[in-house]
Amino acid sequence: MLNKKDLLGIKELSVEEINLILDTAAGFKDVLKRDIKKVPTLRGKTAVNLFFEPSTRTRTSFELAAKRLSTDVINFSVPTSSVVKGESLIDTALTVQALGADFIIIRHSSSGVPHLLAKKLVASVINAGDGTNEHPTQALLDAFTIKEKKGKIEGLKIAIVGDITHSRVAKSNIYSLKKLGAMVRLIGPPTLIPKEIEGIGVKVFHDMDVGLKDVNVVMMLRIQMERQGKGFFPSTEEYFKNWGLTPERLSLAKGDVIVMHPGPMNRGIEITSEIADGPQSVILEQVTNGIAVRMAVMYLLSGVKR
Amino acid sequence: MNIVIKNGHIVDPSQKIDGIGDMVIEDGKIKEIISHKSKVKSQQKNPPTPPFTKGGSGGIKDLELRTINAEGRVVIPGLIDMHAHLREPGFEYKETIKTGTAAAVRGGFTTVCCMPNTYPVNDNASVTEFIIRKAAREGLCTVYPIGAITKGQKGEELAEMGAMRNEGCIAFSDDGYPVMNSLMMRRAFEYSKSFGVPIISHCEDLTLSEGGVMNEGLLSVTLGLKGIPSEAEKIIVYRDIMLAELTGGKLHVAHVSTEGSVELIRDAKKRGTPVTAETCPHYFSLTEDAVRDYDTNAKVNPPLRTKRDIDAVKEGLQDGTIDVIATDHAPHHRDEKLKEFDLAPSGISGLDTALSLSIRLVEEGVLTMSQLIEKMALNPSRILGLPLYGLKGMLRPGADADIIIIDMKKEVRIEASKFVSKGKNTPFDGWMLKGIPVVTISRGRIYEWQ
Repeated sequence: MLNKKDLLGIKELSVEEINLILDTAAGFKDVLKRDIKKVPTLRGKTAVNLFFEPSTRTRTSFELAAKRLSTDVINFSVPTSSVVKGESLIDTALTVQALGADFIIIRHSSSGVPHLLAKKLVASVINAGDGTNEHPTQALLDAFTIKEKKGKIEGLKIAIVGDITHSRVAKSNIYSLKKLGAMVRLIGPPTLIPKEIEGIGVKVFHDMDVGLKDVNVVMMLRIQMERQGKGFFPSTEEYFKNWGLTPERLSLAKGDVIVMHPGPMNRGIEITSEIADGPQSVILEQVTNGIAVRMAVMYLLSGVKR
Repeated sequence: MNIVIKNGHIVDPSQKIDGIGDMVIEDGKIKEIISHKSKVKSQQKNPPTPPFTKGGSGGIKDLELRTINAEGRVVIPGLIDMHAHLREPGFEYKETIKTGTAAAVRGGFTTVCCMPNTYPVNDNASVTEFIIRKAAREGLCTVYPIGAITKGQKGEELAEMGAMRNEGCIAFSDDGYPVMNSLMMRRAFEYSKSFGVPIISHCEDLTLSEGGVMNEGLLSVTLGLKGIPSEAEKIIVYRDIMLAELTGGKLHVAHVSTEGSVELIRDAKKRGTPVTAETCPHYFSLTEDAVRDYDTNAKVNPPLRTKRDIDAVKEGLQDGTIDVIATDHAPHHRDEKLKEFDLAPSGISGLDTALSLSIRLVEEGVLTMSQLIEKMALNPSRILGLPLYGLKGMLRPGADADIIIIDMKKEVRIEASKFVSKGKNTPFDGWMLKGIPVVTISRGRIYEWQ
């Protein structure tokens, strides 16, 4: 069991805690392979997906994870417009808690919201993505997938490619992979990689061909179309020419490289279809592993007495 | 009522007084200071100068005489806050002139200059008049409004500075909404010369700081919060220095937060540019680390910076580059701060704590007590000129009886919930600080605390 109430970010986890989650997830993955994919572990508990940002895959993944654990789950989507109408974040969260939630799974466009709620709520708060801060369960499922494919993480060269500045997935992955002993490279245009980030102990490459050399894992990030023309990069065409993952570029990496993507993908912008659908891609396995990892997180947080 | 303050350690840089003595107050004005010559502490350094009158206190009326024993305490001029937000009219749920001036008096301020970002904006004589009248009726201390540079603080059209000046505005600023159009700012500097008033500039390149909520650096990356680079401040500090040089208008740089701004202002002063500058207690007391926990009470604009910037700000205070310590008192309602970090308003409620935080500079040896009083009383009086100079920020005979008495030894725990200001938004909650005023005399009225 984790000796904490909330999962706020990878920053807040120790190496032991990360490994505990990954090991526990392995057990739950076995459950998912069974014909009857449900265990009674958390029967009688209630989880609420409190999503202030639209999401289908993460929300569905948490929903299935809860259901596989026999936890009742409710989706409480708050379109931004109704927030503007008046109810404060704290009031919304307190309302959800009063409905009987044991787990509040939160996604919000502002960084630090899970931290604020964790202080105000007795329920477990699970961060499903906050602003440009963290998306810890994505990093955990990525680590789980790499470990499954490569047997270990320590010593691997892992490149994360794309919009680092605005990516909570990248941030959580940097923290987790660093803690687990990988060598992390970041690749992308200087407008999308904060110059201070080397202070965390990662290497930054703006030339993708140089950055991909000999890496064991390539993690592609989704390029958000709204960054186009805002001064981050002039056009998606130009982006693809410089930082899109093509078979030619991928051949610079190690022969047994695996390619990951948190989804949803922009084919032809950050990644070509040949790669996305090719043998090196583990993208769909990431999705499956996400359920096991989220089951592990909910299970491990349920031990703290409140 | 007449007052005699006995046996206090009187410090007044305007007369180079720094020693034990008595003070006589008559009809709301300072009448005289009587030195206990033998006990003058700083005799070697600062030999007593003529204003230390000798002899008895003849001429005081015996009726209604109030004697305050200030033995072991420091007696200094009431402080002048050049930069506060009193929120009235329009945002009375955050603060009012009454509560804001009450907090001022509690914190040792006897004069408060209030920024124009009220609703409606103080960009015309009738709003100025409202503030002046309200302050006269309900205020516990003197209030001087600062008028807007442009109508609605929109940066498009000059506001009627002359009319506002006539009603009592002592400076002009579009604080918080800096004038981005350089030509408009040039005109503001030029036009302000007609009235001899300073233009107070909140220096921030809004295009560069857009969306930012804290200092830009590794910490902002780590927290996933959008950063504001110090260049956003430096660029406009430099632009406004250039415009002051071009026009000869008086520039006062508000809340200096970065090393680079200190350097730019230092260089400009060497060149003889008519520039003065202020900083606030939080810019020499806290680094960006205060927001690490997404504490919205430490969200302020300009943002808290780094240790390097703190050191530079202290150096600037020490060598005179920074003339003034102001509060940028920005009270907000609890519900507004209890929000997503991105959405919470910027600002720190500062009147209750500014003096004690600044006295730490004296303890650290950055400033002498006399220099601290210059930064918090005498220099604001000089910079703002008439009608303050001669009446405020000094203990000269004939000046307003704006005096505070401080217990320098007593340590007090800062409790936000006990702030006199309506705004309890402070990152200093729980700090142990020395130097809280025990007596504030505002225009001859005595306020006392245990």
